[in-house]
Amino acid sequence: MSSVVDRRSFLMSAGIATSLGAFALSCSTADHPDVPAGGGTVDLGSGDVGVLNYAYALEQLEAAFYIQVIATPYDGMTAAELAVLTDIRDHEIIHRDFFKTAITAAAPASIIPGLEVDFSSIDFKSRTSVLGAAKLFEDTGVAAYNGAGNLIKTPAYLVIAGQIVSVEARHASVIRDLLNPNSMDFAGDDVVDANGFDKAVAPATILGAVQKYIKTKITGANVGK
Amino acid sequence: MDIFKIVDELQKIDGDAIGRLEHASRRHFMNRLGSKIATIAAPMAFATIVNKAYAQSAAAVDVLKFALTLEYLEDEFYKMGISKGVVPAKYKSVYDQISKHETQHVAYLEKALGITDANRAKPNFDFSYGGAFMDTFTNFKTFATISAALEDTGVRAYKGQAGALMMDPAILQVALQVHSVEARHAAVARRIFAIENTSTKTKGWITGKEALISAVQPIYDGEDSMTQGGVNIKGLAGKSDAAITEAFDEVLSKADVLKIAGPFIK
Repeated sequence: MSSVVDRRSFLMSAGIATSLGAFALSCSTADHPDVPAGGGTVDLGSGDVGVLNYAYALEQLEAAFYIQVIATPYDGMTAAELAVLTDIRDHEIIHRDFFKTAITAAAPASIIPGLEVDFSSIDFKSRTSVLGAAKLFEDTGVAAYNGAGNLIKTPAYLVIAGQIVSVEARHASVIRDLLNPNSMDFAGDDVVDANGFDKAVAPATILGAVQKYIKTKITGANVGK
Repeated sequence: MDIFKIVDELQKIDGDAIGRLEHASRRHFMNRLGSKIATIAAPMAFATIVNKAYAQSAAAVDVLKFALTLEYLEDEFYKMGISKGVVPAKYKSVYDQISKHETQHVAYLEKALGITDANRAKPNFDFSYGGAFMDTFTNFKTFATISAALEDTGVRAYKGQAGALMMDPAILQVALQVHSVEARHAAVARRIFAIENTSTKTKGWITGKEALISAVQPIYDGEDSMTQGGVNIKGLAGKSDAAITEAFDEVLSKADVLKIAGPFIK
């Protein structure tokens, strides 16, 4: 690997396969993020790396949430619901680990640590509480990716963001349908506006909204800048 | 995409192009709108402003026209199906909502492109898909299948155009905001397809390159990709190939989408 590993080279460098292979081996059973470094604020960074860290932070949050959901299923969870939520858990873990790999390769000095989450406001025994939180996380993820898309400078990163956001939207739709089956809620008027647009929200606002679920203080003032 | 080439081409058509581009730059009209309302009002106001200046690059106009073709297709499909009564009462709310959005998408795109009753050039559609489906609007199973297929196609189509819009950040954002709505549609449409066609394996997300039915396989080719960002992610996080392919939706080029949509267009 060259001494100057710019953002594009994570895609092309032959060294990546090696680092990914090593990473995959060491994390094959890892369902939990790293223990955070402790105390202080985590800065997501600037430019494209800031956007990647931003996505990584949100995926960490979602992965941790669904891992807990599956570990302690709510009362009355049906087999079908378990299957759906297990799938979503696995997707978020894959997203999380993908970003960890990508950022480690592209900007190893800038990757954020594992974040400590705070789900004390969620009652994991309650279907309403869990699915309500899931709906919030998925809708937030969609709005976040939509709001960060035009901040990205590297075309390949925009493609990746695009490939993930539609999966988050599928998640959101299914969760909403579980909450109110066969209604218009899957893409309700609370989230899709009169132009037929989903929300697109700036990083600062998203981070403010999710801070209550993350013990680690995060700052993203320079994401995409 | 070469911004200098685009600007040069515009200059040949309109010597004022540079001035127009600067005048209609994103920062400029965002400032005019005021930052508070910009995020809410920008799309419709933006659609009005773009008619008056070359606010979009030539590439963006192409993307908008392509998107409009697909939205016309979806809009007419749902309007026709709903009016012919093929949707059971149980699912009325779902398809009414999808249909509403497609109509809204058409309205927005027409406004952005300056299309009115006077200059609309909407294609005529063949919902038998060249004779493959003879009961599109009389058999709900078929309607549900085509609905899910159209939505999945729409997701891949918009996703494939995001790159072409990097020079037009406001339009890129709009495209992303429509793209995720199509994905919401796709998820429930697939789940209804699964129930109605007793397909226990079809989920709201796409597994491997499994097609709803073999006739629509081209819509799903490539969805089994294990390479993301140029890296082979097989085994990532210890997850199965199925899970990994589900976690990422794939792009489709405009050419491939038009090939898929071709039989719908007379």
